[in-house]
Amino acid sequence: MSDDTILKIRNLKIDGKTGDEWLPILKGIDMDLKRGEVLGVIGESGAGKSTIGLAAMGYTRGGCRISGGTVDFEGTDLVKSSEAYRRKLRGKKIAYVAQSAAASFNPAHKLIDQYSEAPIQHGVMSSTDAATDATELYRRLQLPNPDEIGFRYPHQVSGGQLQRAMTAMAMSCRPDLIIFDEPTTALDVTTQIEVLSAIRDAVEQFGTAAIYITHDLAVVAQMADRIQVFKLGETIEEAETRKMLSSPEEAYTKSLWAVRSFKATAKPKPPADEVPIVELRNVDAAYGATPVLFDVNFKIHKGRTVAVVGESGSGKSTAARCITGLLPPTKGEILFNGEALPAGYRKRNKDQLRQAQMIYQMADTALNPKQRIEDIIGRPVGFYLGLSGKAQRERVRELLDLIEMEPDTYMHRFPGELSGGQKQRIGIARALAADPQFIICDEVTSALDQLVAEGILRLLDKLQIDLGLAYMFITHDLATVRAIADEVVVMQHGKVVEQGPKVEMFQPPHHPYTDLLLSSVPEMDPDWLSNLLGARERGEIVDAKTAGSADN
Amino acid sequence: MHPISKMALQRLALGIFTLFVVSVIIAGAVEFLPGDLAQEILGQAATPEAVAAFRAEVGLDKPPVERYFSWLGGVAQGDFGVSLATKRSISELISARLGNTLFLAGFAAVIAVPLAVTLGMLAALYRNTWFDRLVNVSTLSSISFPEFFVAYVLILFLSVGYGFDARWVLALIGLFLLVEGFGAVKEGKRIGRFSVIGTIFGIIGLAMVVNALFGWWNFKVGAVSAFPSISNISSGAEFGERVHRSFLPALTLTLVVTAHMMRMTRASIINLMASPYIEMARLKGMSPARIIVKHALPNALAPIINVIAVNLAFLITGVVVVEVVFVYPGLGQLLVDSVSKRDITVVQGCCLIFAATYILLNLTADILAIATNPRLLHPK
Repeated sequence: MSDDTILKIRNLKIDGKTGDEWLPILKGIDMDLKRGEVLGVIGESGAGKSTIGLAAMGYTRGGCRISGGTVDFEGTDLVKSSEAYRRKLRGKKIAYVAQSAAASFNPAHKLIDQYSEAPIQHGVMSSTDAATDATELYRRLQLPNPDEIGFRYPHQVSGGQLQRAMTAMAMSCRPDLIIFDEPTTALDVTTQIEVLSAIRDAVEQFGTAAIYITHDLAVVAQMADRIQVFKLGETIEEAETRKMLSSPEEAYTKSLWAVRSFKATAKPKPPADEVPIVELRNVDAAYGATPVLFDVNFKIHKGRTVAVVGESGSGKSTAARCITGLLPPTKGEILFNGEALPAGYRKRNKDQLRQAQMIYQMADTALNPKQRIEDIIGRPVGFYLGLSGKAQRERVRELLDLIEMEPDTYMHRFPGELSGGQKQRIGIARALAADPQFIICDEVTSALDQLVAEGILRLLDKLQIDLGLAYMFITHDLATVRAIADEVVVMQHGKVVEQGPKVEMFQPPHHPYTDLLLSSVPEMDPDWLSNLLGARERGEIVDAKTAGSADN
Repeated sequence: MHPISKMALQRLALGIFTLFVVSVIIAGAVEFLPGDLAQEILGQAATPEAVAAFRAEVGLDKPPVERYFSWLGGVAQGDFGVSLATKRSISELISARLGNTLFLAGFAAVIAVPLAVTLGMLAALYRNTWFDRLVNVSTLSSISFPEFFVAYVLILFLSVGYGFDARWVLALIGLFLLVEGFGAVKEGKRIGRFSVIGTIFGIIGLAMVVNALFGWWNFKVGAVSAFPSISNISSGAEFGERVHRSFLPALTLTLVVTAHMMRMTRASIINLMASPYIEMARLKGMSPARIIVKHALPNALAPIINVIAVNLAFLITGVVVVEVVFVYPGLGQLLVDSVSKRDITVVQGCCLIFAATYILLNLTADILAIATNPRLLHPK
């Protein structure tokens, strides 16, 4: 083993327990990492990306076991070593940055105490040194108020800042290797850039080796020197980043690269005098005393898709809550087919409720895990259409056919027995069960892998053409907008900053905020991030501060 | 005003209203009791004239509503009135008894709360091991028996010096070891510590069971008579004397309340062990004990505090049976005596104090639950 190899994984096999059976998660993985090198690990969910990341620390989650192979870190096999030895390495020599910083910081302790914990417990620094060091690293990672931010609790800090604070925490002992497990997946595009550049700078400055796990190719292209592609626990392909991007060899890799190809059929413009299905007129809304929506106006026509984009906190979902009546607006009105709807859902009649349905982001939590699929879909069929018994079951079968799921196979299953994409399809069928004219899709594809997400988008498009549905498509992902929208509404700080047909929206000139959103979408070019940051520095492109982005 | 003090004030006001409702219910309930003070004191042979004269003397001839309001007026000014039976001031009567009850409850709490929380944390740390199961089985057994039973068993072994045949206890421990040993051997993935423990457990356990069956080795243990079975505490008793005399009732109460708090501590901590921030602590190389104490416990405090508050309230208000068994001069004993004597004013006073205890302890629990949660204590 040459001196500068830091991690050498050979033929690593890990099993997971399902019921009484051990099923393979990793089927013999090899991985090499040199000092200071950044390895990108990419693949869809279920590929075993997180498992290999954790295994590099000699750690397996509950219900998993290492059934073969070696994890050689700086000359010691972590599989055979004692737990005490591994515990000494973790946090000190190998550190971990988790996907959701909000969930991975302990809510009961201040950031700086969590930062100092590893250095103090591993005997690297005294508590005063650790505190000084924390401020220094917070400054390097460009956190606002580095002297003071450590004394806040996690819930008092925004998502993008937390993610940087977590990177700082991982670096507290100056480890030789850091595992980044999807660190920017939960963030807005505008915030993602800040975190990406902070991580990249920090890794370069300390010469830390890193394994960067993600499902987003464009992101990994910015971060990694080398990319390893995973599928179902096996390595598909491995190469230098530039080579991998320009000439992938395997068919699977190419399919990942080609995923953003879907474009919904363009629809003709509605006649100028057509009454829109849904119209928001001068809508203001507030949570308690905090106003969140200001004078929001937009229309959604029959058979068309309006994408509402903006970062988190911009009021996209609040507008949806106003339309469904969950949050009565404080001012303005919501018109349905030209008629004003009562503000709160309690005052609406069954037919008004039936017309507007929702599909949610997390299909996992939106479906009752204790109910079978036929009951989940059957309930709205019975409630809105008054069908029961055989007629209800027939309708459920029709709906399952519509969403391209075999009724006999799936009717009697529980949500837990379905994949993520299938669960989202059930969510769609449940919305369709009410026979609505209008569906609100709230980030319906953001929790899904790109291939699966594309399937969902295709299905939604087909249903729209067949049934003449109108969609309000809430998303922060501009690739999705490009794929499916007819019209785009850009929201920021509870206001509509720009709206219009998609074709126009993607053409300059833009509102500065739209500009920021558009320029923040990562591209496959490995130089994209450097070029963009350079251009923003020089003032050629708008940056977050001038556009008034929420997260800084 | 800080949100917490605002909430505390609101809840206090609500608590006072609750106390009023409780007092109405109690006053109504005692009216339904058959017979009254006059009949109880004068006995069955008393002439109707004598009973009527007695009623007029203590004011029982007035209508119930009028009596209630004059009593309520007194209470509002801090005067609980006088006992109808003994003519002694109720405030005096209750305060001495309340002191005793608080002492006993405090004594039991000082043992039970740290014991339960520590056991709960240890059970969470060593969950699904023989230690965990032993703690669960023993605490759950002790909570499953009625208090008076536990009390008499303790008296039997720790007070009157009965002692017991140790064979059967050994056989029970043996059975437990056998089961654990079998489990350990079955699970023993590698030939290591666990299967060795399994084998040793099996052999010792088998020996103990066989010993009991054939009756070879037999000896009596526990012939202890160290503690008095009657905890009659005089007001001038010294602290050491008090502790000694009230040890058995305190131990009984400890056995009764520990399981509940221990199980909640264990469950709340285990519930959090799957959280991402616990995994993060593991990945920072922290030891399992530190993870439980530093990372899980602070986030599990709210449910634990709540269950502790409920149990403390039980220790003060639910000790009637234990006090009667040990003839302990507490508030519960006073309540039982007063009910049988139909001494209505004393019953009302006692009940009001019990209700106030519940309200105050629950309020304290809620405030502490907020104070230990940074999200509520330091809003954005």
